Amino acid sequence: MKLTKDKVRLGQDKVKHVAKLANLPLSSEEEEKYPEQLSKILEYVEQLNKVDTSNVEPTFNVSGQSNVVRVDKVGECLNQEEALSNAPKKENARLQTPERSDGGQGFFVTKGVFAE
Amino acid sequence: MNKYQPVIGLEVHVELNTKSKMFCRCSADYFGKEPNTHTCPVCLGLPGALPYINQQAIDDCIKIGLALNCQIAEKSLFERKNYFYPDLPKGYQISQYRWPLCTNGKLMIDDGKIIRINRVHQEEDTGKLTHTKDGTLIDFNRSGVPLVEIVTEPDFTNVEEVREYAKKLQQLFRYLDVSNADMERGDMRLEANVSVKRQAAEGPLLRHEASEPRQRRGESELPNYRVELKNINSFRFMVAAIEHEIKRQITEIEAGKKLTQETRGWNEDKKCTYLQRSKEEAHDYRYFPEPDLPELILNPKKIQQIKSSLPELPWDKAKRYQNEFGIKKADAKILSESKEVAEFFEEAVEHGKKHQVAPQDIANYIVNQKPDITSVLPTQAVEEIKGKKVGVIEDLKELEKLAKKSMEENQKALEDYKKGKTEAIQVLIGGVMKISSGKADSRKVKEVLEKLLKSK
Ligand SMILES: [Zn+2]
Repeated sequence: MKLTKDKVRLGQDKVKHVAKLANLPLSSEEEEKYPEQLSKILEYVEQLNKVDTSNVEPTFNVSGQSNVVRVDKVGECLNQEEALSNAPKKENARLQTPERSDGGQGFFVTKGVFAE
Repeated sequence: MNKYQPVIGLEVHVELNTKSKMFCRCSADYFGKEPNTHTCPVCLGLPGALPYINQQAIDDCIKIGLALNCQIAEKSLFERKNYFYPDLPKGYQISQYRWPLCTNGKLMIDDGKIIRINRVHQEEDTGKLTHTKDGTLIDFNRSGVPLVEIVTEPDFTNVEEVREYAKKLQQLFRYLDVSNADMERGDMRLEANVSVKRQAAEGPLLRHEASEPRQRRGESELPNYRVELKNINSFRFMVAAIEHEIKRQITEIEAGKKLTQETRGWNEDKKCTYLQRSKEEAHDYRYFPEPDLPELILNPKKIQQIKSSLPELPWDKAKRYQNEFGIKKADAKILSESKEVAEFFEEAVEHGKKHQVAPQDIANYIVNQKPDITSVLPTQAVEEIKGKKVGVIEDLKELEKLAKKSMEENQKALEDYKKGKTEAIQVLIGGVMKISSGKADSRKVKEVLEKLLKSK
């Protein structure tokens, strides 16, 4: 464990970056606290690296199936009322989300698209 | 300016014309439909919904790949591309990253230059957003419609090549009948990566260049930045944006500034590109294999079947018209531009054989007179060319009568013409050909019609 400690330690910058990617607002206390906590989690998971996997094929899907496909046929879908029923706000038969969160550059705040 | 060479790569998105969506059974025919009437738990991204692959979309993607000389993967996987945007209800787009369906293709443009295709992969479209002052409105009808992305290597050195390549792709999609490829409707969308590099072949050598063989230098040196031009929804604007961007970058470099990775859009009013955001790196999307979709194993036999089902491609047709019929290169290109014209031409050539009408005469007729092929039959065309055959109506009075009748019957075309849509005359010509059972001399018909329309 000691070995990998420095490697996985997360700085505050990294934590802020990950939070941004995950669209999570962090308070300043959380920004203080999370680098330490997340680093510990990573260190824990890091144990997996001890297992020799050089002869193991990666598994991406546990069902063992392949080529599960369907013919191109239209089936039933939801009607408009049903489709919009979870939306806390709507206008002109469209779901409404809040305005851009960052002055028009980049990501939107998606909270509230569907009811929590 | 010649000191610099533009380096351009292109990403083309094309929406497939399948009946149902990529991963669910909702109708993919969303254009102009009531908002949010083509949705289900899968394409709304509701918890617990599972995607189910549309076989036709996969086949279509492979068709495009094969037509672009790609290698088709033996094993292909979907991955999740994670980002937040309200048009994406799941919080990720199902796309392909490390195991695309098709890779390593190429397409030759007219001057013989090869554009290398990096990959052709399958993904899904997003919902449609409308921005209002109170917020953003979402229509999920388009969410999950099959989308194919075609990515080139940075092989274009000027905007003309880009234009030609994009036109060729559009032609290809229509020939393969996998998409209407209508740019205005958004069936086909372009994104460009633009940078400029110092022209290695000119000017004094930099010290580190001097030791390298000349021809290799230009190739190996790609600029260490690139500007992505995105969200530009018209072909004309994209061309303008690329041209502007090349100039802007050269000016910046000349001024000693360092260019960086960023995404820019196009401001049509100001006729300039503007910064949208500095680029999120590829790994920011945190791609990982889509656990809800088992892998695709592509059987070589099936691939062979798809390959042999491909129609003759436009550029192959153009070549054949030159070789087999001795058609001039420029004409051959026009004749093969659309499947419909090509079919008309080929049928006319077939018919022409019986009547001693040479293919080049037919080509001239189609290229110069632009007959309305929806109302004139290939056989009629041949007869008209052979012409002057008994029964051809050349008498001006007679033609005037027919022209007036056609104008009466085609009021809409008449109005369109008056509004300045001069191409509406084709409809009127077609009308005359129909009324006269193709016996009217279409060149003269056009003259008569133009005279009548002017006198109105
Ligand atoms: Zn659906």
